[in-house]
Formats: sequence, structure tokens, C-alpha cells
Amino acid sequence: MAKVLMKGNEAIGEAAIRAGCKNYFAYPITPQSEVAEYLAKRMPEVDGVFLQGESEVAVGYMIFGAAACGERVMTTSSSPGVSLMSEAISYIAGARCPAVFVNIMRGGPGLGGILPSQADYFQATKGGGHGDYRLLVMAPEGVQEAVDMTMKAFDLAEKYRGPVMIMGDGLIGQMMEPVEFPEDFTPTPMNNDDWATSGMATRGTDKRNLVKSLFLDPKQLNDHNLLLKAGYDRMRQEEVRYEGYNTDAEYKLLIVSYGTMSRVCKTAIDTMKEEGLEIGMVRPQTLFPFPEQAIHDAAAKESCSHVVSIELSMGQMVEDVDRCVKGQRPVTWYGECGGDIPTPEEIIDHVKSLLKN
Amino acid sequence: MQKEVMFAGFGGQGILLSAKLLAYAAMEQGAEVMWIPSYGPEMRGGTAYCTVVVSDKLIGSPIIKNPTHLVAMNRPSLEKFAPVVKPDGVVLINSSLIPVRSGRDDVRELIVPANEAAVKLGSVKCANIIAVSAFAAMSKMVDVDILRECVKKEFAKKPKIIPLNMKAFDEGLKIAGM
Amino acid sequence: MGKTFSKPEALTDAHTHYCPGCTHGIVHRLVAEVIDELGIRENTVGIAPVGCAVMAYNYFDCDFQEAAHGRAPAMATGIKRVRPDLMAFTYQGDGDLASIGMGEIVHAANRGEKFTTIFINNAIYGMTGGQMAPTTMPGQRATTAPAGRDVEATGMPIRMCELLSTLATPGYISRQTVLKPKYVNKAKKAIKKAFEYQKENRCYSFVEIVSTCPTNWGMTPLDSLKWAEDTLLPYYPLGEFKTPEE
Ligand SMILES: Cc1ncc(C[n+]2csc(CCOP(=O)(O)OP(=O)(O)O)c2C)c(N)n1
Ligand code: SF4
Ligand SMILES: [Mg+2]
Repeated sequence: MAKVLMKGNEAIGEAAIRAGCKNYFAYPITPQSEVAEYLAKRMPEVDGVFLQGESEVAVGYMIFGAAACGERVMTTSSSPGVSLMSEAISYIAGARCPAVFVNIMRGGPGLGGILPSQADYFQATKGGGHGDYRLLVMAPEGVQEAVDMTMKAFDLAEKYRGPVMIMGDGLIGQMMEPVEFPEDFTPTPMNNDDWATSGMATRGTDKRNLVKSLFLDPKQLNDHNLLLKAGYDRMRQEEVRYEGYNTDAEYKLLIVSYGTMSRVCKTAIDTMKEEGLEIGMVRPQTLFPFPEQAIHDAAAKESCSHVVSIELSMGQMVEDVDRCVKGQRPVTWYGECGGDIPTPEEIIDHVKSLLKN
Repeated sequence: MQKEVMFAGFGGQGILLSAKLLAYAAMEQGAEVMWIPSYGPEMRGGTAYCTVVVSDKLIGSPIIKNPTHLVAMNRPSLEKFAPVVKPDGVVLINSSLIPVRSGRDDVRELIVPANEAAVKLGSVKCANIIAVSAFAAMSKMVDVDILRECVKKEFAKKPKIIPLNMKAFDEGLKIAGM
Repeated sequence: MGKTFSKPEALTDAHTHYCPGCTHGIVHRLVAEVIDELGIRENTVGIAPVGCAVMAYNYFDCDFQEAAHGRAPAMATGIKRVRPDLMAFTYQGDGDLASIGMGEIVHAANRGEKFTTIFINNAIYGMTGGQMAPTTMPGQRATTAPAGRDVEATGMPIRMCELLSTLATPGYISRQTVLKPKYVNKAKKAIKKAFEYQKENRCYSFVEIVSTCPTNWGMTPLDSLKWAEDTLLPYYPLGEFKTPEE
């Protein structure tokens, strides 16, 4: 297929449809409302469902109900809205339903701002809602990757029977880049007969299915959590994705960065390379599971004296980076959390100041 | 080679569309492109701006502090962004609304009375098309024939206004001396 | 005197960010005049919604809190329960109050919380760029209802005054507008009553103002006044729906 120029938000909407998701529920919020506006037009064209819910709380449970029927379903929101959905996400994880959530992050806490941010890293990777659950979290660096990840997200949600989250930021949502949708792509939703409440008649059985998260018996709840854990452990084995950038070079310092922020880092790294200064980067494409080994090994490189986590937050991912580096090198944070994005020049200055000390 | 152009003006001047057309044409030519709008509260009634990055390799940073070129459709945008344009860049000045100049002697100024020319053609709304064709002609960032096709395709759903926009396109080329 | 005679004391000098022809500004002024006339400015806490009026705290010169989207009535409840001597008012849009905040408003009203709600019904989500609101009219276009509101799929617009009037507890419920000078005085009277009932610690009070959003309706200010009068007023009739028993 030829390339088309699309806004990230619209491209995510189109990607969902291409991935066979015909069900979308959402509540407006800047900077992701264009997904809803796009799908308000597109869903009727493909006989799909578009509904604006009365709140993100309600939308979360619309997703739960739809997902529990075994249908592919997605919602998109931005930070304050995802907070409201977090309760439902916990229930969906507990009840083991596949569903895709997209967070086009903006600044917080509270109402914060509407400019790009990565301050929901903890929320996405460490919980958000209550209970012992994890989300599989993917973080695109641009519009094409947002499309690829969105399309992949539905398969992963079904493979692990749980919620999957795409973490973009306001800039990825708002900017346009050329994208290519895979040609002749046939979505292959998994057979959900053994668990989904799709109707006994639909399944041609008199065995009923139950979707729930209540386990009053302590042993049952423990087993249930162990079952969830087995899924998360398998994600750690099979789903870790990252990109190494200039990691073949004898870099003096390692950057860990994702999403929009990592793109700025790439420019900074290229510029420093031209000046003869080698800097490497590991860009996590999955935030959970986290590329632990890759970061550990990249930090261990002999030429590398320092690791810096560059994020649009006050320093969240840096805690995971530190955990992976295991004391081999100093690990510090750099970034902004008000909506401005550090420029390549600012990153270069910061990297050089770290190397001086 | 990477080139960046910043389009800036009032909301409602068609800034985002001019920028999109340029990005579209560059994409059709096989380049890597990125279109980055400003968004946020400042958009309401204020200045809208949008950056287009065109490159022959994968584009890194979407944050451009010093663009190669500037298309300034109103005075505040010229005053704000002219000082940051890289030397030798093109600075398009919509002289219908901007009585001043860039104040720089190391850039190539392109003076386009876009609004007046558009009104003469029949509607002030096509001022943005005049600006983008004049800019493309002078900066050579994209092939003007490809850009013309992109304008046509962009308006394909409103065929009635294509002739006006084609006239505007030619007017832009004429002003740029092509 | 000090302050100029044209500006209520309860308004700051700040220029509002509202679009030309938007009625938010007029309603701010009416509320401020009432606050002045009742002499309650030093005792009043406003609660700003999430919507175009989120920055109301820049325009009202009294204490203010900023709520999460839809939750202002719960915050006002908090205020009035711990400090019944304070005057509290929520200022909320139709998305804020009738969509995401429907639960909070119904329960605050039903408990008869002694605060005042000013409800700006402009039949659209203004701040986020014209998405459909629960109050959007059948067939009215919105960015999330590009073909116009389809009532088969989204139901009929919600009439908040009528809905709240079914509750036994709330005391004062009134719908007014500011589309024409002749309506403005009535609207102010209603707002004044609402604050007076609160001052007398009598009841919960709710004043809906049928408003405009020229920007997201895609109309000139003049056309939007006419459209509101022709389309909104027949469906959202003006008047007092409930008054406290004497
Ligand atoms: C939890 C949450 N969801 C969504 C939003 C985005 N949001 C901000 S204002 C708004 C709607 C405002 O519409 P309305 O209440 O009608 O006020 P108006 O702007 O029309 O005056 C929405 C959905 C938010 N800030 N928080
Ligand atoms: S968008 Fe609508 S409600 Fe908001 S300030 Fe403008 S006219 Fe008023
Ligand atoms: Mg509204």
C-alpha cells in the first residue's frame, strides 16, 4: 500500500479497524480527541460500533462488557481519563479479558496541562488500579510505530487474555507522518469459546462461561494470581522489545529513553557522533516487560561510564533503569515535566556535562 | 539533508493546511517527512504554527528550534520566528498584513502580498495556497508540479474550489518569479 | 468607591479568554453582581469546572477551588459540610455536569446540600473542540456526531432542570437564559434567589443558563443567538421548576 500522511491519533484509529477491531468506546479529552472524531466517521463505514460514553469510568466498563463477549475492543484517552479507567483495567485484568487501551499522555498531576508528557509511566507499568496485575505496555516513537503496535496489541491482548496499553504522548497524537498499513492483512482473532460470554447458543454448547474477578476462597485467589503471574512471566520471556541505537560503537555514555523523547535523543546522538563523541541508546519499545537484560548488558560495556534515563517526567523510568544496571554504573535522570521537550542541543549539553564530571 | 520550514500565522489563515500540502508533496517525492502542529491553549484565537521537516533519512527530533525556512503570515509570527531562522533560509513575508521586514541580511526574503492577491482572485481564503506555492518555488524544497497535484488531491472532495486554488497556485509562482 | 462603577467588585481586572459572542462572560458578570449585592464576596468559595470555564478563578475575585471534571458538586459538599458558614457555588458546563458529573450532581441535589449550582448549557463540549454533549440537540452536528446527533443511538438530550425536579429534596430549580437583554434581568433575579436561599441556609439551588458556543457551533455570534432561541429554547423551556416552600 502507498504511504499516506496521517496524524498519529487518526492513524491509531485506522490501525484498530485494520486489526479487526470494530468496537470503540471513548470520552473526549485533549490531546487524543481526534481518535474519537476519526472513528465517529469511520466506524459506521465498516459497520462498527462507535459510542461516546458519559465518562471514562463508564467507558472502562463498556470496554469490560464488550471484551468479556470476546470481541476486539479499544478505547483511547489521556492521562486524567486513564486514571478514571484504572479501576476497570484492574477488573479487566482480574477477569482476564483482552482489551486495548491507548494513553496519549499529557502533563499531570491533576489537570496538569495538555502538552506531551511521559508522567504516567508508573501508572502504566506498576499498577494504576488496585491489585496484583500488570499491563503489557508498548511505547511507539512515531506514527508508523503507533500503527504497528496498535495492530499487534490486539493479538497480544488475546494471547495473554488481558489488557494491553499503548503509551503515546501528545506529540505522537498530534503530528503527521507518512504511514503504511500492511497490505492484505487479515486479522486473526483467537477463538474465545472456552471463556467468553458470547452466548451458549453462539458457541453451540450448554456449558456456560463466567467472566469475573471475585475469588473469596484464599487458595483460589492465590491460584488465580499465580495464573496471572505465569502470563506476566511469559511476557518477560517472549515480548520484550527494544531498539539499540549506536550500541555497536564504543560509547562513552548510555541513554535510555522511549517515545518522542527518544527521537530527540537520536538527533543528539547523531550530532555528537559527527563531532566524534560516541553515545549509545537503548530505546524500550515495551515498557512492561522492560528490556532488563539489554540495559544491563549495554551499561556493562567497558567504554561506558554513565547511564542517563531521559524522560518527560520527573524521573520514573530511571528507577527501573537503575534496577537493571545493578550498580555497575552511576544512573541519573534528565528531562522535563511541564510540557516542553528538551531539544537535541540541551541533551548534548547535559551529556557533555555528565562526561566532564 | 534535512530541511525544516515553519509556517506561522493567525488561527484560520490555513497555516496547518499549507504546511500539510508541503509535507504531502515531499512525501510523494519519496522523502521522509514530519508535520508538527502547535497545539494547546495558545491556539484559541492566537497564533497557530506548524513545522514541516523534510529529510532524505529517518527524522529524529520533532523539536526544531532553528528552522531552515519561515513562512510568516502575520506580524507576530515574523517578529517571533525571523530571528531564529538559519542563515541563507527563505523568509516568506505576507506583506498584506506585515508592514515590516525580517531585519536580517543573511536570509532570502520573499515578499508576498498574499491576502491582496487572494482577494483579487476572488477569495482571501486562498492566500495560504499563494503562499505555499511561492515558498516552494523560491525554496525548491519540493517540486512545484508535484505540489500542484497535491493541492488538487487535497480539494478533490470540493471540486468547485479547485479552479480558484489553481489560479492561486499560479499566482504564487508568478510572485516568486517563476 | 475605588473600583469603576461598571465592573462588579467580585470580578478581577483580567481579560477573559472566552471567544467573541460566548455567553460565559455575561453569566460571570451576573454571578459577580449578585455576590456584590449580597455582600458575600469575602465569604464565598467558587468551584471551577473542567470546561471552558476552568479558568473562572482568574475572573472571579473570591476564593476558588478547581475540581476534577464533573466532581465540583462533591467538592462543594465537602466545603459546606465542614464550613456551613461559607457560601459555595459550582459553575459547571453541560459536559461536566450532565455527562461525567451526573452522579455527583444528582446526589448533591438529592441530599439538599446547601450550595448553589450555575449550570451553563451550551449543548456542546466547548473546551475540547465541539464533541457531542448529553444536551446536544437531535441532528445537531458535533465532532463526535459528524452526521448530527442520532437519537436512536444516543438518546434524546437530557433536560437537567426537569430531571432534578423529580427529586423531592432540592429546593430551587430554575432555567434561564441570557440570549437577549430581556432575559438577562430574569436570569440575574434567579441567580440572586439561588444565592439568597443558600445564605438563609434553606436549600440546594440550581440555575441553568441556556448559553451559546459560536465557535463550536460554527456560527457567527449573531447567528448563534438566533439558533439558540429557535432551537434550544423550545426544548429547554425557561422558568422556575421548583421553589422552596414558604
Ligand atoms: C477525566 C477527564 N476527562 C476528560 C477531560 C477533558 N475535558 C475537558 S473539558 C471537557 C468538556 C467540557 O464541556 P462542558 O462541560 O460542556 O463545558 P464548556 O467547555 O462547553 O463550557 C472535557 C471532556 C478531562 N479534563 N478530564
Ligand atoms: S469554545 Fe464555546 S464555550 Fe468555549 S469560550 Fe469559545 S464560545 Fe465559549
Ligand atoms: Mg458545554
